[in-house]
Amino acid sequence: MSFINYSSREINCKIVFYGPGLCGKTTNLQWIYKKTNPDSKGKMISLATETERTLFFDFLPLALGEIRGFKTRFHLYTVPGQVFYDASRKLILKGVDGVVFVADSQVERMEANIESIENLRINLAEQGYNLDKVPFIIQYNKRDLPNVVPLEEMKKALNPRGVPDYEAVATDGTGVFDTLKAIAKLVIMELKKGQDGG
Amino acid sequence: MLGSDLVMYDEEFKLIDAELQRLLQQANAKVVFLVDKNGQLIAATGETENLDTTSLASLTAGNIAATGGMAKLLGEKEFSILFHEGARDNIHISIIGQRVILVVIFDQRSSLGLVRLRVKKSAEALGSIFSQLLQKVETEKGSGKSADSPFAEITDEDIDKLFG
Repeated sequence: MSFINYSSREINCKIVFYGPGLCGKTTNLQWIYKKTNPDSKGKMISLATETERTLFFDFLPLALGEIRGFKTRFHLYTVPGQVFYDASRKLILKGVDGVVFVADSQVERMEANIESIENLRINLAEQGYNLDKVPFIIQYNKRDLPNVVPLEEMKKALNPRGVPDYEAVATDGTGVFDTLKAIAKLVIMELKKGQDGG
Repeated sequence: MLGSDLVMYDEEFKLIDAELQRLLQQANAKVVFLVDKNGQLIAATGETENLDTTSLASLTAGNIAATGGMAKLLGEKEFSILFHEGARDNIHISIIGQRVILVVIFDQRSSLGLVRLRVKKSAEALGSIFSQLLQKVETEKGSGKSADSPFAEITDEDIDKLFG
């Protein structure tokens, strides 16, 4: 749910990075944080356990510049990936404008990917969203590892609808900004559509 | 139920800002701010210079969301007031009209009783400003008035420019 402020001429949108535990959602945000101009980012907040597993969420506010005189801000969130944090995941999806699904490309994590994307569909539905309708991007992460599932197979299992998808290595930044740019574009286009239709 | 996007106009923003300033004074508070339930900061007033209000807004919404989850498990609709007590500063958080969150930060110059009393009064005023705002958004939507919309003529190029 975007926030359009005509008074301060600002647009705020919420993007959520979803995916199974240890797939690299937080690493995506850390890379974006590291590589963004200090003027255009706020503090990155991580509510994590002592072992750096996400407990509730990570939060990174990004100011991307102006569109037609409106300052455009994206609030990036990650969810905790571990299965038993489902209640928290649901809360973070509230008011989401766009979703990035980060898949772990390793063979042994395919089942976790499929389970997580199903969980995403269910949790979105509970908030009144349809995964087939919200702006949605898939990122196949950890492509540098030796035991990865071939791309075609991953697409077949996780992306039957053919949404925009990207290969990535979040630890060295490969594909991270491509993913961010793609979801930002989809979200803004969706806002435009909403305005036209309204 | 899925709500519509939150839209803020200049007129209502000024009314809200004035109400927050009144609350700040009457409650002897340090900072007063208003957050959308999704974590977007709507307005803030008081000693905000050295305060990361964006992060505070996001964490406040997370806090309310988590508490709301707990309420549901207990069969409550919501816990409408939260209070955090610190050694120096305290935070009073309340939900207004099930949609926005009012946050008051205060120290020993004020008291929980005073803050609660003033928040109750302001909540009514803010509640009616938001009803007015929602009505306005609905009317404008109905009339198809979006000439001023920043999205109307947006192009791929505009979006590419965002990423320099």
